[in-house]
Amino acid sequence: MALPDADTALALLRQMLRIRRFEDRCAELYSAGKIRGFMHLYNGEEAIAAGIIPLLEPADAILATYREHGHALVRGVDMGAVMAEMYGKQEGCSRGRGGSMHLFDAGTRFYGGNAIVAGALPLAVGLALADKLQNRPHVSVCFFGEGAAAEGEFHESLNLAALWQLPVLFVCENNLYAMGTALARSEAETDIHLKARSYGLHSAAVDGMDLLAVREAATAAIGHVRAGNGPYLLECHTFRFRAHSMFDSQLYRDKAEVAQWQARDPIDLYERELLNLGLIEAGSRAALEAEVEAEVEAAVVFAEAGTWEPVEQLTRDVYTQPAA
Amino acid sequence: MSAPQKITYREALREALRAALTADPRVFLMGEDVGRYGGCYAVSKGLLAEFGEARIRDTPLSESAFTGAGIGAALGGLRPIVEIMTVNFSLLALDQILNNAATLRHMSGGQVSVPLVIRMATGAGRQLAAQHSHSLENFYAHIPGLKVVAPATVTDARHMLAAALADPDPVIMFEHVMLYNAEGELEPVEAVPLTGAAVRRPGKDLTLITYGGSLPKALAAAEQLAADGIAAEVIDLRCLRPLDDATIMASVRRTRRAVIVDEGWRSGSLAAEISARIVEQAFYDLDAPPARACSAEVPIPYARHLEDAALPQVADIVAAARGVLGRG
Repeated sequence: MALPDADTALALLRQMLRIRRFEDRCAELYSAGKIRGFMHLYNGEEAIAAGIIPLLEPADAILATYREHGHALVRGVDMGAVMAEMYGKQEGCSRGRGGSMHLFDAGTRFYGGNAIVAGALPLAVGLALADKLQNRPHVSVCFFGEGAAAEGEFHESLNLAALWQLPVLFVCENNLYAMGTALARSEAETDIHLKARSYGLHSAAVDGMDLLAVREAATAAIGHVRAGNGPYLLECHTFRFRAHSMFDSQLYRDKAEVAQWQARDPIDLYERELLNLGLIEAGSRAALEAEVEAEVEAAVVFAEAGTWEPVEQLTRDVYTQPAA
Repeated sequence: MSAPQKITYREALREALRAALTADPRVFLMGEDVGRYGGCYAVSKGLLAEFGEARIRDTPLSESAFTGAGIGAALGGLRPIVEIMTVNFSLLALDQILNNAATLRHMSGGQVSVPLVIRMATGAGRQLAAQHSHSLENFYAHIPGLKVVAPATVTDARHMLAAALADPDPVIMFEHVMLYNAEGELEPVEAVPLTGAAVRRPGKDLTLITYGGSLPKALAAAEQLAADGIAAEVIDLRCLRPLDDATIMASVRRTRRAVIVDEGWRSGSLAAEISARIVEQAFYDLDAPPARACSAEVPIPYARHLEDAALPQVADIVAAARGVLGRG
């Protein structure tokens, strides 16, 4: 396995800690009534976004689901703008029009949280088609949960991407539960990456709690796609430690199962591995956590200081305004 | 000036596609059977040989995926034209059209636009029964973020596509199946606007408001009414979202009577919307309540006589017109 250098190793740990602290703070702010609507936390799944997104080029495109805070942060969407979006402020990364489920940032080619399960897969196919027809060497990466595999759009999109040999990396974040429905209660074939093979895609499955394993698998997958070998599906086995959304009392799964996965917390696993490899020191995580804490609090201050868009602008951006 | 050119609606659409593909390398066409087969209604016949497989793309029967791919390709800098065989099949892509195409610009705070054109056949009259014959234009005209057009003349068929492709937002273009073979005189114009209604026949006694495949019926009704000394003005809406209230109201305020002709089902129809707007904006100028000639509230049946009975026909329009004139 090609290990990251010490600086990169630390940067990836930092990314996971940023997501974790940001979302823990979001949960507090949700309870305080500062954030409303549906909010889905990525807690437990951080190694996937942190393992894959830093490997991409700035011109690559990213599409994600409604559980996309982590992807946006790792991609480099400003944390203050993300927090302001959670608040619904016009300084938010979607001007307060999207909220938690719809973070957008054209500057980093972050094409959104999409809250229709599997709804972003066809868009990824189209973005990749645009790249192929314009001879651009970009990769479009689409993150989605295993619940998407039950939707027709998943199957249609995989077929189309393979038929036209398009540069798409499909990343299935298999956290075993589509809201409250266990994978085995909704699919006869529970190996998602095997489904991809039947459409002619190359695919692999990886331990999504192990950042270095994700990074290695993603390096191969991205290399395959960027070399013009067609689409690829990477299935990451993972688990969300928190509820599906803030309204979920989790009656559908055992506490023992949650505890079993929590024992393999991706941040703890990665920290231990880096310590064993001598890439970080005993105090490294605590130092990073202090920095991350300051970044998150600055984001909260930014969001608090944000402003409400005047109601007179309600229908702005439904259509493109003609240039003045 | 050369003599007016006779051309079919289908040929006009094909010329529009050819011109768009020639003018802009970002334009491409994709849909079911648009290439090798030549298009379900033969609109794209010959274009595969002319422009190649990269730009005339046959798709699997995956309306949701190829419509969504059109949206993604538009985000990626291309100018896709997606053809969906019929409006009934478009329901399989309605998720992508509503939840993505119409929504992405607003939901992203104005960061991304979707310059996509979706063409689809609509309407009844070919005995294709209840899964190929409906007029669901009002479904799409209901959705903020979309523009919806319905070319009814060969000139609009020839030039509306260019206007739609020039628009930065998604445009849905409805082509009525009974118009494809219709022949008309191509007006010597270089371009037409995307939005705005047109007065197709002037008149002073009442206004017939219609669009798409019902325009020829409304014009035939106006001709019959003229034989009885009734001068009907005929408005072709052309664009169903946004509606051109100004043209509608200017006509209705003058004629003081309106009949809306719409192949959609009456309940919740575009005709209902237009009727409401007339009442809201021109109530005190009316001499009679607005009337509607719409489809019967039934899935369109196969048998010829039943299909005919389900649709607004010339006789129904004439009867409605006489009704608002008190000459029923």
